[in-house]
Amino acid sequence: MSLVLRAAVAERDVELDLEVAPGETLALVGPNGAGKSTALSLIAGALRPSSGSVELDGRVLADARTWVPPHDRRVTTLSQDPVLFPHLTALGNVMFPLLARGAPRREARRRAHAHLAELGLSALAARRPSQLSGGQAQRVAIARALAAEPRLLLLDEPMAALDVDVAPALREQLRGFLAERTAIVVTHDLLDALALADRIAVLEGGRGVGIGPTAEVLTRPRSPFAARFAGLNLVAGRWDGAQVRLEDGSSLSALCEESPGTQVLAAFRPAAVHLVEEGGLRRTVRALAPRGDLVRAVTEDLAADLPPQEVARRHLVPGSAVRLAVAGEDVTAYEA
Amino acid sequence: MRTLPRWILLPAGLGALFVILPLIAMAARVEWSGFWGLLTSESSLAALRLSVQTSLTSAAACAVLGVPMALLLARSDARGMALMRSLVLIPLVLPPVVGGIALLYTVGRQGLLGRHLEVLGIHIAFSTTAVVIAQTFVALPFLVLSLEGALRTAGTRYEEAAASLGARPSRVLTRVTLPLVLPALMSGLVLSFARALGEFGATITFAGSLQGTTRTLPLEIYLQRESDPEAAVALSFVLMLVAIVVIALAHRRRSP
Repeated sequence: MSLVLRAAVAERDVELDLEVAPGETLALVGPNGAGKSTALSLIAGALRPSSGSVELDGRVLADARTWVPPHDRRVTTLSQDPVLFPHLTALGNVMFPLLARGAPRREARRRAHAHLAELGLSALAARRPSQLSGGQAQRVAIARALAAEPRLLLLDEPMAALDVDVAPALREQLRGFLAERTAIVVTHDLLDALALADRIAVLEGGRGVGIGPTAEVLTRPRSPFAARFAGLNLVAGRWDGAQVRLEDGSSLSALCEESPGTQVLAAFRPAAVHLVEEGGLRRTVRALAPRGDLVRAVTEDLAADLPPQEVARRHLVPGSAVRLAVAGEDVTAYEA
Repeated sequence: MRTLPRWILLPAGLGALFVILPLIAMAARVEWSGFWGLLTSESSLAALRLSVQTSLTSAAACAVLGVPMALLLARSDARGMALMRSLVLIPLVLPPVVGGIALLYTVGRQGLLGRHLEVLGIHIAFSTTAVVIAQTFVALPFLVLSLEGALRTAGTRYEEAAASLGARPSRVLTRVTLPLVLPALMSGLVLSFARALGEFGATITFAGSLQGTTRTLPLEIYLQRESDPEAAVALSFVLMLVAIVVIALAHRRRSP
């Protein structure tokens, strides 16, 4: 393993157990206050674990006896704010980590130019940060982070502050750079996770509540947050061999390979949900909001993306009672 | 401006006059015919030279002592920092004469440290060194306050980024922290130089008034006021010009 984080921070009630393999990118997702920032702080050296340890490439960075200061960890953070040094040019910023590691000036200049070129920034080398656009500044920050040659790159919502028309190109570049590097990405953005992460770890309430390959976590979410992140509805029940029996007595047809009697989770897309007159899952509409060319009806625990005509015909308003149904082929049920 | 009542123009204007009028009144009294002669008299030149020398030395001492103090006050969250901050302010509110007496009892002949220094053959009171000590004592808070404020405003995110890029603390300090607050450091230095240049009370109490050794420009002006008022006015005019230049410098640095 490249990174092994097995540590607790008592005053924040956070207890984490994460591993990142060499060359792997792990996405950390979770609601606010889930412990994502705490995890980054523990790894970067902004926070001491109250127990446990942080190890990178076999070297203990922090435990009860050891404390490696941030500058000596070979861990570089890239946040949503590029934090370029305002008194240095773009080139000077990229040279900074090279000089800090003792490279001679001429060598640092040559390598910084190469990093800038790699990101298509050669023309901007002499610019000050104040003369760069948000997207350009973030690319300089990426070049600077790569120049630091970190053993582990921490990305803290790297795309969150960028315009929607800049983010896709940058995400694509970042995906190239992360391919063979070891990294952790904290994100609220499904697209970031899809493009960048090999695995996803879901944190909730300061604990890991599920970790797995990106496709696995996004198709078979194990927690309400993971389901929301993946854009899926999630219900729990018991597989009886033909249907998923929910606790309220209702049932759902589903695709399931578990043996009858297994406790399962069933996931389905809001767009697969339709309204029926009889049977189905009885819910009350809480809110309605436009979503593409559909209208999302949010109920107590489920979301349904319905054609606007259907919403109009049934006079759906917040408070309306509805019966939701999903075709069995659209529901995936798996062991809870 | 639109939200302000019109009548405040009156007291504000009076206040401005209150500051400017005395300067004009003094400038009007300068005898331009003998101006150069008065400035270049032996005692004036000696005072001028001594003042520039000691004030520059004090400003340098303020930088050496004050920059680390400002860094600690702005960045350390150790207990006692709030107390430290109040203590640093003391020379700012203490009457300079009292400061002079306090220094006398510290490094004077009978002082807390002075009597041990005396044994080693080091005499500080009533020497040029005493002038520098008195000036540094009163000027230090100007640099510390100006720099601490700038450091707090600058925040720690650039320093954290620099550390995350592998820079050791000394490198972060010299390549990131100090360059970022350079304008405030400069204006702090200019302000402390100006305060040192104008120092009177602590100097006369602690260092005395020996021509060429401890008699700085303000002391010379005070003495000349009785015997040669015209020389006093000429020297005052010079100090006023210096003050205007200092304000211009400090102000320009602060609002780039």
